[in-house]
Amino acid sequence: MTLPRDDRRSFLRKAFLAASAASVAASAPRAFAQMSAEGDPAILNLPAHTKGLGQPVAARPYGLPSKYEENLQRRESPGLTRVGAAGVSFAPLQGFFGIITPSGLHFERHHQGWWDIDPAQHRFMINGLVKNPKVYTMDDLMRMPSVSRMHFIECGANTGMEWGNVAVPTVQYTHGMLSCCEFTGVPLKWLLDDCGIDLKKAKFVLAEGADGSSMTRTINLANALDDVMVAYGMNGEMLRPENGYPLRLVVPGVQGVSWVKYLRRIEVGDMPYAAKDETLHYVDLMPDGQHRQYTSIQELKSVITSPSGGQVLLDKGFFNVTGIAWSGRGKIRKVDVSVDGGKNWRTARLETPLLDKCLTRFNIDWTWDGKDAILQSRATDSTGHIQPSSMDLRKVRGTRSIYHNNAVQSWLVSANGEVSNVQVA
Amino acid sequence: MFRLLNAHSTGYDERLRRCATARVRQVHVAVARLASISSRAALCALSTVTLVSAAPIAANLGRAATPAEIRAWDIDVRPDFKGLPPGSGSVSKGQDVWEAKCESCHGAFGESNEVFTPVIGHTTAADIKTGHVAALRGETVPQRTTLMKLSQLSTLWDYINRAMPWNAPKTLTTDEVYAVTAFILNLGDIVPADFVLSDKNIAETQNKLPNRNGITLKHGMWNVGDKPDAQGSGCMKDCKKAAAIISRMPDYARNAHGNLAEQNRIVGAIRGADTSRSAATELALLTKGASSGNGSMANASSSERRGETAAAANAANTAPLKLAQKHACTACHGVNNKLIGPSFTDIHNKYGANSATTLAAKIKAGGSGIWGSIAMPPQAHVPEPEIKAIAEWLAAGKF
Repeated sequence: MTLPRDDRRSFLRKAFLAASAASVAASAPRAFAQMSAEGDPAILNLPAHTKGLGQPVAARPYGLPSKYEENLQRRESPGLTRVGAAGVSFAPLQGFFGIITPSGLHFERHHQGWWDIDPAQHRFMINGLVKNPKVYTMDDLMRMPSVSRMHFIECGANTGMEWGNVAVPTVQYTHGMLSCCEFTGVPLKWLLDDCGIDLKKAKFVLAEGADGSSMTRTINLANALDDVMVAYGMNGEMLRPENGYPLRLVVPGVQGVSWVKYLRRIEVGDMPYAAKDETLHYVDLMPDGQHRQYTSIQELKSVITSPSGGQVLLDKGFFNVTGIAWSGRGKIRKVDVSVDGGKNWRTARLETPLLDKCLTRFNIDWTWDGKDAILQSRATDSTGHIQPSSMDLRKVRGTRSIYHNNAVQSWLVSANGEVSNVQVA
Repeated sequence: MFRLLNAHSTGYDERLRRCATARVRQVHVAVARLASISSRAALCALSTVTLVSAAPIAANLGRAATPAEIRAWDIDVRPDFKGLPPGSGSVSKGQDVWEAKCESCHGAFGESNEVFTPVIGHTTAADIKTGHVAALRGETVPQRTTLMKLSQLSTLWDYINRAMPWNAPKTLTTDEVYAVTAFILNLGDIVPADFVLSDKNIAETQNKLPNRNGITLKHGMWNVGDKPDAQGSGCMKDCKKAAAIISRMPDYARNAHGNLAEQNRIVGAIRGADTSRSAATELALLTKGASSGNGSMANASSSERRGETAAAANAANTAPLKLAQKHACTACHGVNNKLIGPSFTDIHNKYGANSATTLAAKIKAGGSGIWGSIAMPPQAHVPEPEIKAIAEWLAAGKF
């Protein structure tokens, strides 16, 4: 959604005025707190980097973030899991810009530990209801025509700790089992065609990993023939080991557990497989005691990433409220933002690109008056679905589920500037 | 491949069919130049990934899988028990396997909640009759056990066969998998102590699972195109009278995820809240900082802390920690926190600085009963010098 030029100019002017007003109003804008009568020592005293020789090229042959960025790390939520090899690390969404997740900060979820597998020894097999069961090497797969697509991946249990009440403090822990990358690989359909899939009998495919858990997941044939891909590339390089090097399944719009890592096999079949993570986990407990099985699609969701829980606003005045929205059913059409806990809403600006089953970044200007405020975002997708509140969701699904919580998130900005995670009615 | 897709396209998504047809036509066009692609094919190409092109895998890539290769990997067992290899195992044999290979994580009776959630518990004889676990409807059970949720027996067999024991998956024989499955069912009072589970009786045993009728496919989150069940409101103005806060983080949990000041960027419109201080203290400091022009407390303290972290990193020797990670010691021991076993810090505090030899012996031989009910297995496979390095590191206590 781009603003007409005049609107944009007027917006920028307003934003600038708001920002200047804030710096006048505040007692001491914090960035200039070190000012002396003469001026800012950061300007007056030329620093070492201005008066010396810097590092040579390739001093770090594989680049690393600045040492000043070390606070943004993948982190575990204490007490969530008891063994690291069957654990989760959350991506620091509070610090991200745009929609692409840096590869080193992609969230992790392992069921039986991760491996760094020799790609020369990795094999991919297709069998089952196909005319010609085949084996491919990585050389074969990477020699094939490829496609590159940007998609979000979200764990089905993302925000799962918050079904009944507030449980964790920041957006890293509420929503950080979410990442978005550009994936490169071969559409699964091409490979199924290459093996001569029996489309008269086939209804599902089973994806299986090569690691100890040999994770299996059932994928609908409609998905498999649409946009599912067998991917080796992520953000311009090979997949990271923690994300399935050298091969993983990419199932756009579907929960992360189906994106089988270390992918070794696809079996074409005619019934769902009821794998461990389809019968005992990733099932949604309903108020009547029944479990919904094969709940796979990650529904429409959005969250404000800044200001967000655990942050402190430095001053009153202008803030760019920013966040992300996504839907497993299509594109983001609109995001509304409230600063009064859902009484009134304004429509945010969506940043391009607006892609299918991909994160969309939104921004909206806000002038904080120093009083309590409750920030919320609410997305609408291309199917017309509007993101539910936690009350809307609980009415249908109760509070004892773990999975697929796509409720509107609320952040309370207190008068002291501190932002905290709250739920509102 | 075009032939095949075209021949079987009946009943498929209309768009797919149209594109497949278009593609067939495209192939039949003698000298297919890009410009000559029919407008329908072009439209399809724009609409989805599937239809981007005519799957140009004409190059002979890949090769036929041999029967032995398929046998080696195709181990999945479906709910109709297709894929289940013949075999059998008794409850008593299952108990032997359990005690040797499963008990250390799951407890003697499958009840342990220390490493994983319990396997056994909260299913009743009445549940076995109805096929619905009553405890799933109430709030009385804090944690759902495996048997409370298990609706398909194939799932249990398949999972044990492919992924257990956790640290040595795929090492059980087929008969041992039957036996362990039988033992678990016996612990849940689903089969008697003299029961022998086999490929012959597994289908009838399925009919005794307490939660066999406990699943539903009635929802809109499986098939593409189905509808969501919870719809939000599109109201923009005066949507409610007031926003009542119904849940917030308790004060005692303020620092439970570590200091949030260290989890946010040090520049920008915001800083992380210093949760090592109480909210009230922080407010006071922030106010003071603002009025005296001393800058953000969060900012100042975060740079102080970075200094401390750097100093600590210099003092600690990180090589032994890497060894501990390499040998999976850290799967059960945290540096400061108790996991399955005691933390490295607790071990150091208990045994002190002169304990390197004692600790090396304990690592090598394993042990039990000192820190809790879960035994530590012997680690004799770890090379002697590496055990020594880890033991000396534990004794030194500089983590």
